Amino acid sequence: MTLHTRSVAELAAGLARKEYSAVELAQHFLSRIERSNDALNAFVTVTPDRALADARAADEARAAGRAGPLTGVPLAHKDIFCTDGVRTACGSKMLDNFVAPYDATVVERLHAAGTVMLGKTNMDEFAMGSSNETSWYGPVKNPWDLRKVPGGSSGGSAAVVAARLAPVATGTDTGGSIRQPAALVGISGIKPTYGRVSRYGMIAFASSLDQAGIMAPSAEDCALFLAAMAGFDPRDSTSVDRPVPDYVAELDAPLAGVRIGVLKEFFAHGLEGETGALVQAAIDQYRALGARIVEVSCPNLPLSVPTYYVVAPAECSSNLSRFDGVRFGHRCKDPRDLMDLYKRSRGEGFGAEVKRRIMTGTYVLSAGYYDAYYLKAQKCRSLISADFKAAFEQVDLLIGPTSPSPAFNIGAKVDDPITMYLNDIYTIGANLAGLPAMSIPCGFDGALPVGLQLIGPHFGESRLLAAAHAYQRHTDFHRRVPAAYA
Amino acid sequence: MSLTRKDVEGIAHLARLEITEAELSVYTDSLSKILSFVEQLAAAETADIEPMAHPLEGESQRLRPDVVTERDQHEKFQLNAAAVTGALYLVPKVIE
Repeated sequence: MTLHTRSVAELAAGLARKEYSAVELAQHFLSRIERSNDALNAFVTVTPDRALADARAADEARAAGRAGPLTGVPLAHKDIFCTDGVRTACGSKMLDNFVAPYDATVVERLHAAGTVMLGKTNMDEFAMGSSNETSWYGPVKNPWDLRKVPGGSSGGSAAVVAARLAPVATGTDTGGSIRQPAALVGISGIKPTYGRVSRYGMIAFASSLDQAGIMAPSAEDCALFLAAMAGFDPRDSTSVDRPVPDYVAELDAPLAGVRIGVLKEFFAHGLEGETGALVQAAIDQYRALGARIVEVSCPNLPLSVPTYYVVAPAECSSNLSRFDGVRFGHRCKDPRDLMDLYKRSRGEGFGAEVKRRIMTGTYVLSAGYYDAYYLKAQKCRSLISADFKAAFEQVDLLIGPTSPSPAFNIGAKVDDPITMYLNDIYTIGANLAGLPAMSIPCGFDGALPVGLQLIGPHFGESRLLAAAHAYQRHTDFHRRVPAAYA
Repeated sequence: MSLTRKDVEGIAHLARLEITEAELSVYTDSLSKILSFVEQLAAAETADIEPMAHPLEGESQRLRPDVVTERDQHEKFQLNAAAVTGALYLVPKVIE
């Protein structure tokens, strides 16, 4: 069995058996990155010295009898997470020269768990995008077909896992940025409940929606990592102080009798035929595995995309006001005065989509428009959230497609923001309501993977992961690797 | 909702963004389209609906005691700045 096609659990078992050392494992993945990254553009920074130092520390910990379940497992971090002493650019020219002076909590916790950092992954600029095409560092290519996008914003993390340049990668999800790319490259990805994983040191986009999560081949891999990432952090004021269940132990919870709701609104216009057929086949399989399938409705769900495109830009315009060219980030040459410094530093440092969202947000928050746009959207958010709450009184989980179609061509949607925004039509609802949700591979439309989405009630990660795991015990879509990277 | 170029210039100023003439045309068009798209929210019945400010029911932003918890690392932080002197960050002269 080839090393890189193993799951995280299998890689960890090999380390425990001393079949290979953490240093050998890191070298294996570093050489794969060396060979394939130029074509994929998936890593923006590779950290071989750091990887080997982490790996040596992991081997020493194991020799001393201090190894945990993730000790020596290599991973990649989305370049939105601050990494002490390592450039953290967030896909932006604005932060091209920014060396983070501290570690994000997610980075710190995974480091403490003994993982080995291979590098930082490419992403849409400030996580604003659904195709990885807004990155200052250029688009990431989909390992299944280099002409296609890998999805976004965590497109680099998705591509490195799909091509097995890393066994696992962190991601963030504000409107679908973990789930949509996971679907488009055929891997598993979980966005936990809002507040479940600390956002400290994660560069903010829309703070009432942002959540960190993990992307890996299987749901079991996600469970192993989420266990190390989740939990209260006093440094994030939205972090929730409640115990973290044992996600790994609960993976084998039976599916029999679990009530799964098929969201009627997810099968309305816009869903491509083959994607819909594959998702329907997965739902049939869940029924065959003992789940009780019922149809449910969230009538206000069609409001989620317009609601999101008021709330998220509003929060982004506020969060990104910190980039002013003074203390860090890009500064324009020879500013005439302070206003010129602000305007040109920001005008030059931000890309087109980021500027578009800052301006949208500035407008909807401005005097005279606040009530009509922002307050109205906040009320619609309440309606959507109440719909989900009512649905979860009838069912344990919701099921549907992750994305309306498989991966599209690079360049196909860049000129039309609204068409691009509609990629997130099935994922945004979970963010607006703060719900945990994941995407798992459920088949192929030609050569391109298709994703199945599961959504759970608040703090329902265990059941979500167990339901995904049950499906993956009976399917092998999550084990498939593009031929060029097998 | 149709914005004029002058509207977009005003928004860009509020957002402290310098935009070029070419960008101004692009944003006038795309911001108008986005605002028209989100206007479908107006049709939603929201009388008596409370605006949602936090995704978790019953949760709110936690407060902490107002005490110093960080140590002074200004030299490390200043490594990321374009212009500094001593413990200060430099900007163009503000007061004549």
